[in-house]
Amino acid sequence: MSTRNFLFSGFGGQGILFAGKFLAYKGLTEDKNVSWLPSYGPEMRGGTASCSVIVSDEAVGSPIVSNPDVLVAMNLPSLDKFEPDVAKGGIVFADSTLIERKVNRDDITAYYVPATRLAGENGIPTLANMILMGKILKVLGEYDEESLKATMSKVIPAKRADMLDVNLKALKLGANYEE
Amino acid sequence: MSDKVLMKGNEAIAEAAIIAGCRHYFGYPITPQTEIAAYMAKKMPKIGGTFLQAESEIAAINMVYGVSSTGKRVMTSSSSPGIALKSEGLSYLAGADLPALVVNVQRGGPGLGGIQPSQSDYFQATKAGGHGDFRMIVLAPASVQEMAELTIKGFELADTYRMTSMILADGTMGQMMEPVALDLEVKPAPEKPWATTGTKCSRPHNIVNSLFLAPEELEKFNFERFERYKYIEEHETMYEEYMMEDAEICIAAFGIAARVSKNAVNEARKQGIKVGMIRPITLWPFPTAPFAKAAEQVKQIITVELSMGQMIDDVRLATGCKVPVTLCNRVGGMIPSPEQVLEAIIEANKNGGAK
Amino acid sequence: MVVFDKPKALADVPMHYCPGCTHGIVHRLVAEVIDELGIEGKTIGIAPVGCSVMAYNYFNCDMIEAAHGRAPAVATGVKRADPENHIVFTYQGDGDLASIGMAETVHSAARNENITVIFINNAIYGMTGGQMAPTSLPGQVTQTSPYGRDVKHCGYPVKVCEMLSELEGPEYLERVTVNNVKNIKNAKKAIKKAFQNQIDGKGFSLVEVVSSCPTNWGMTPAAALKWIDDNMLPYYPLGVYKDRSAAKEDK
Repeated sequence: MSTRNFLFSGFGGQGILFAGKFLAYKGLTEDKNVSWLPSYGPEMRGGTASCSVIVSDEAVGSPIVSNPDVLVAMNLPSLDKFEPDVAKGGIVFADSTLIERKVNRDDITAYYVPATRLAGENGIPTLANMILMGKILKVLGEYDEESLKATMSKVIPAKRADMLDVNLKALKLGANYEE
Repeated sequence: MSDKVLMKGNEAIAEAAIIAGCRHYFGYPITPQTEIAAYMAKKMPKIGGTFLQAESEIAAINMVYGVSSTGKRVMTSSSSPGIALKSEGLSYLAGADLPALVVNVQRGGPGLGGIQPSQSDYFQATKAGGHGDFRMIVLAPASVQEMAELTIKGFELADTYRMTSMILADGTMGQMMEPVALDLEVKPAPEKPWATTGTKCSRPHNIVNSLFLAPEELEKFNFERFERYKYIEEHETMYEEYMMEDAEICIAAFGIAARVSKNAVNEARKQGIKVGMIRPITLWPFPTAPFAKAAEQVKQIITVELSMGQMIDDVRLATGCKVPVTLCNRVGGMIPSPEQVLEAIIEANKNGGAK
Repeated sequence: MVVFDKPKALADVPMHYCPGCTHGIVHRLVAEVIDELGIEGKTIGIAPVGCSVMAYNYFNCDMIEAAHGRAPAVATGVKRADPENHIVFTYQGDGDLASIGMAETVHSAARNENITVIFINNAIYGMTGGQMAPTSLPGQVTQTSPYGRDVKHCGYPVKVCEMLSELEGPEYLERVTVNNVKNIKNAKKAIKKAFQNQIDGKGFSLVEVVSSCPTNWGMTPAAALKWIDDNMLPYYPLGVYKDRSAAKEDK
């Protein structure tokens, strides 16, 4: 991989920005070049939120991801809006609890994870984002529990240390999920 | 594993300011720069500094004026409409030869405009910061690392030349996160014998002032100030050249526009088009020399801007209109895409310098 | 034996004020207080825009010239730059403090900023040649209210001490005047208290000095002093409008 462009999208409050931040940190710990760019403004409060993450072996040019290699859609409006933009051969990860339809395009790969349902069933209702992240990492061949633990401890502030294990649990749930 | 941390551009500015020894911050909330204030509000009380949310942008810049009068490093930050309110203070800072760091994380205008990124305060920053004849050093970061480095540089230049340094960023630069190394060197601040810190009854009183009713005197101060500006133009201009060695087309862009353009330049090169980029890092002093040189070499210059075309005027002046200078832009909070810039490059390559 | 001398804190330079103007008196009182409190070496004064714009030349302490109305914001910066070692005062007229700088005035008071404000209220813009001020009296003839201030058209004068006294913030607000010896003595007491409060860390202290402007009022200096008694003081009653520490002691 030389450059991989991610776009995370969903409702405000689903942890879109956090998921992106986690991935950027993961890149940083692997000495990659990374950028993270959120949508900002009123839409952050309950509307649609998105964030661009670029992980690259080279210096990152534009931090704006308009044709994602990986699209994470956590609600239907996001899939509707961004599916057409996904790069040819790209991958879509959709939260199938909240998105009933499949992707329309046949030149992209899609994974459907009922992340919101799994989060609820496992007592971690706010961590659907990280369940999806687990699946993404697994699919991309980057799921390594030890190094993820190290990354997680960087992203989660010391005073929220109690969140560390549940986040790792969410990643594992996603990684192990098979449709 | 690097010693870099992932930070928002706005936070990088705040942390770099602290590293630079700034212990006084005054501001008023406005999107998309509020993270700077939030960071300062959290940090300053813990390191014996002062964060104060002022009643207005006008009050904030005048609080800056007050601290600067005492010789201490001080800053404020805002976004476009708020910077307009600070104009009065910027002019007084210039008139009293006071150093200060002012950050403008630009958003679209005019009026209340929007809150999405923009570069439409270029004129305001480089030519019309306020009433009267004066300049500000204008620094245009294009990465989070530069947000930090230019903040420190800004404080140093402000102290050296006794004037305002402005960081001219935009909503993207402020909001985006990138790895940043914060082991940054800071030059010690120069002596400030002019500062009003109390006479201790051991020296004549100092006066910080911009009022000179005798025109001869006021003229003299203006002449002296512009001698200083001339020196800055000769010694402090900063820019980056990218693939300009054999370029036949030149992109001129700063900040986020330069980031986007870099993608387009790389893509065009893959298609065999000889294109390069000049990225001004100081917008004032404007890097006229590399553009003058480029005018002898390339067939067209394309300025990529998040405005209706502001820097383009300076590029035209620098090139003496020897080659066509065209504009590739988006406004109102929109950002040109690499594809849009690439199209402009392909067009320029095809038509080869046609006006 | 010297019985009357120039205060040390007052510079030995000619002032530009008009004959009969009370700025000279108030300058002297401020300088005397600085001398008596022994604070000249740590005092930083902020001059306004208006008649006292050049006050920076008249005091021997360090001085800063501020933009119109912004003196309290500048003073906030200076004070907070070194709260232990800076004694900061602003010297402002009515246009500066109560019109263009109203926000800075109100908010520095609301913050109980530990500064001393000397407020000269002479009900007119003097420097620009006698226009209507925020404190011009109803019916008062000025260059921009040539038929007398019509309150239906341009509203009522601002009573600064009364208004600020409604805020929790400020420590001390007093209105004085300098139109006779007794009043001058009272004014000095108030000014001294306003500086002492700052030294004691008590906070925002403002002394409003009802003053005269013979030139723009179009009167002899003596008539102007009488006009204060007859017209200004009924509208702007003298007295202490707030004294938090004293109020606490009373309780």
